[in-house]
Amino acid sequence: MSELLSQFRLARLPDEAEAFRSDVKAFLRAEMPPAPADVRSRSWMGFSAEFSKKMAERGWVGLTLPREYGGAQLDAFSRFVLVEELLVSGAPVSAHWIADRQSGPLILKYGSEAQRRAYLPKICAAQAFFCIGMSEPNSGSDLASVGTRATKVAQGWRLSGRKIWTTNAPHCHYMIALVRTSGTAEDRHRGLSQFIVDLSLPGVTVRPIHDLAGDAHFSEVFFDDVLLTDDALIGNEGSGWEQVTAELAFERSGPERIYSSIILLDHWIACLRRSADGEAHQETIGRLAVHLATLRNMSITVTSQLVRGASPIVEAALVKDIGTEFEQSIPAIIESAIAGDPDVDIDPDLYRTVAYLSHISPTFSLRGGTREILRGMIARGLGLR
Amino acid sequence: MFAEALEDILKDVSAPAAVRSIEAGQSPALLWAAIADAGFLELLASEENGGAGLALPDLYPVLTMLGAHAVPVPFAQTAAARVLLTPDQVPTGMLTFAPVVRRLANGSISCPLVPFGLIADHVLAQEEDRLYLLPAKDAVCEPTGVHGSLTATLSWRGDSGVAAAAAPGVIATFGAAIHSALIAGGMQRVFGMTLQYANDRAQFGKSIGKFQAIQHQISVAAEHVAASSIAAESAFQGVGPVPELLAAAIAKSRTSEAVPLVASIAHAVHGAIGVTEEYDLQLYTRRLHEWRMSHGAESYWNRVVGRAVIASDTSLVSDFVRTACASRPAFA
Repeated sequence: MSELLSQFRLARLPDEAEAFRSDVKAFLRAEMPPAPADVRSRSWMGFSAEFSKKMAERGWVGLTLPREYGGAQLDAFSRFVLVEELLVSGAPVSAHWIADRQSGPLILKYGSEAQRRAYLPKICAAQAFFCIGMSEPNSGSDLASVGTRATKVAQGWRLSGRKIWTTNAPHCHYMIALVRTSGTAEDRHRGLSQFIVDLSLPGVTVRPIHDLAGDAHFSEVFFDDVLLTDDALIGNEGSGWEQVTAELAFERSGPERIYSSIILLDHWIACLRRSADGEAHQETIGRLAVHLATLRNMSITVTSQLVRGASPIVEAALVKDIGTEFEQSIPAIIESAIAGDPDVDIDPDLYRTVAYLSHISPTFSLRGGTREILRGMIARGLGLR
Repeated sequence: MFAEALEDILKDVSAPAAVRSIEAGQSPALLWAAIADAGFLELLASEENGGAGLALPDLYPVLTMLGAHAVPVPFAQTAAARVLLTPDQVPTGMLTFAPVVRRLANGSISCPLVPFGLIADHVLAQEEDRLYLLPAKDAVCEPTGVHGSLTATLSWRGDSGVAAAAAPGVIATFGAAIHSALIAGGMQRVFGMTLQYANDRAQFGKSIGKFQAIQHQISVAAEHVAASSIAAESAFQGVGPVPELLAAAIAKSRTSEAVPLVASIAHAVHGAIGVTEEYDLQLYTRRLHEWRMSHGAESYWNRVVGRAVIASDTSLVSDFVRTACASRPAFA
């Protein structure tokens, strides 16, 4: 068997993480804003600064960041539990989501001490919301082709270009942007750097992009000669590619990649219980529960590797690819199941939820790396490339 | 530890040539004696009964080893019977599990599609809370007619078996868990062969593993082998001597569903050589399909799981999968 596959041995969440789960469940019962299933299924697009502040009061934003910067200093197992419970209840997490899971850990790892002290306490207090500036028009999966450029000037850096598919940029305070600081697009990975861009600076324009579900979570961000001070550079100039690769490993691991359609599945099961119509669909529900149980165990295994200090980049890519397939299959299966007999009425909220997820689910395998890119990474991990 | 020791023996006695000869009708006595004489049948028996008292988590790698070596004798079932029967009830020789028992109107009983039914000495069958130990020598044995298969339907005139008490469903649960581990082991072997072949076989001037289309197929297979391995392993948790029903159901469903996908990708990558008698791939892929169906395919076990989900009092399916498998009492 390959080295990669031998990593997939069963791991368990420790008792402390399960004890933490009770706290999270109690918090959600008390603080979750009530919302119908089609709204809750927008969970990691759902924005509520107020909800994020309530989480921050518990110390649950920046959960894994060190105490000295305002974090709770808990491990990745606790983070798994927190994220799992937030997503299965459909909490509106997007205000603090990116700062908590990507930007905070990135600043901790690559930032200067001054940057850590400037940003991490504000992240943990839910006072600084971040977005990601990786994709550009025409870059797609070819992230190394970015053309947005920061040029060295006397006062710092002058930034020009644009980023796209940025989630929630109109509500965010900062973007961590991957930009070119030397060479040309032909230089690929060389000459890329990351900057913390204050989105209130002159020259920054944010344009929302409306999607097929009637939402405007995505946006396009334009930089027109934006003047950045020297301390906006994060990490080393020219090290942007390595930093982004590490950042994406954070994004691909964890339970985020199995729960995007779970509100729909739970709502359907609830409807079936009420109608006593479950028997006709028990095989379908059983299959989805079987897949969920297995994917969850795979995700916990990757989490345990993070806790051990390993860098399970390929393992995370493998779980993400099979996980997004599961997330995408749920609305497809449920559409067919609930419209299998026109004589049986469909719950209106269920109808809206399955429609929303069917429409938006193509993005599940795009965000954080497309299916084809991930399969290439797995092949490399297996020694085929 | 036991898995490594067993593998040393299997490399020798369950090499592909030995598997082929037993499939072709040669006696499995030598292979069986090698396993029995080394004491492996007593792995699961309690220590006071002279066994190793092996816990379920340690049994899992032993069973995947059997799958990876296509072991053509019912070693897993014979060893597992040590936790279902008292020492004085355990017969000598090869014992296998009957997935189902049918009572016919004329008083005879029939056990359809018993794994290793062609070669086993005894069949352990369950009716509700009773186990019946049925001697194969008294049975009418009907082979399936499937090339190389040792599965057979066995029928007895009247009830000639020795009875013992048992928790309802224990044979089905144990049989499903065992077969999920066999599938996981068999798939790991098939995947390893496929990866090796993709690196070795050259076409159009480079190894076929360099082609993106092949890489993506193998990556997908890897995902399903990883999922199957974790699913099968999760059936062998807990402190009880027998796997838990829902964990075994999840394991058998997930591994069985992966079989046609992983086997078909393996064959697609291998090309025509993979379906030849001389090449070893077929020893494993034939078994994967047989194991998928033994003790119920995913369609059966999905209904078991689905019924439990709908009947549960949890509103979140995530809570169900987290707690359902852990909280049920194990079979005694």
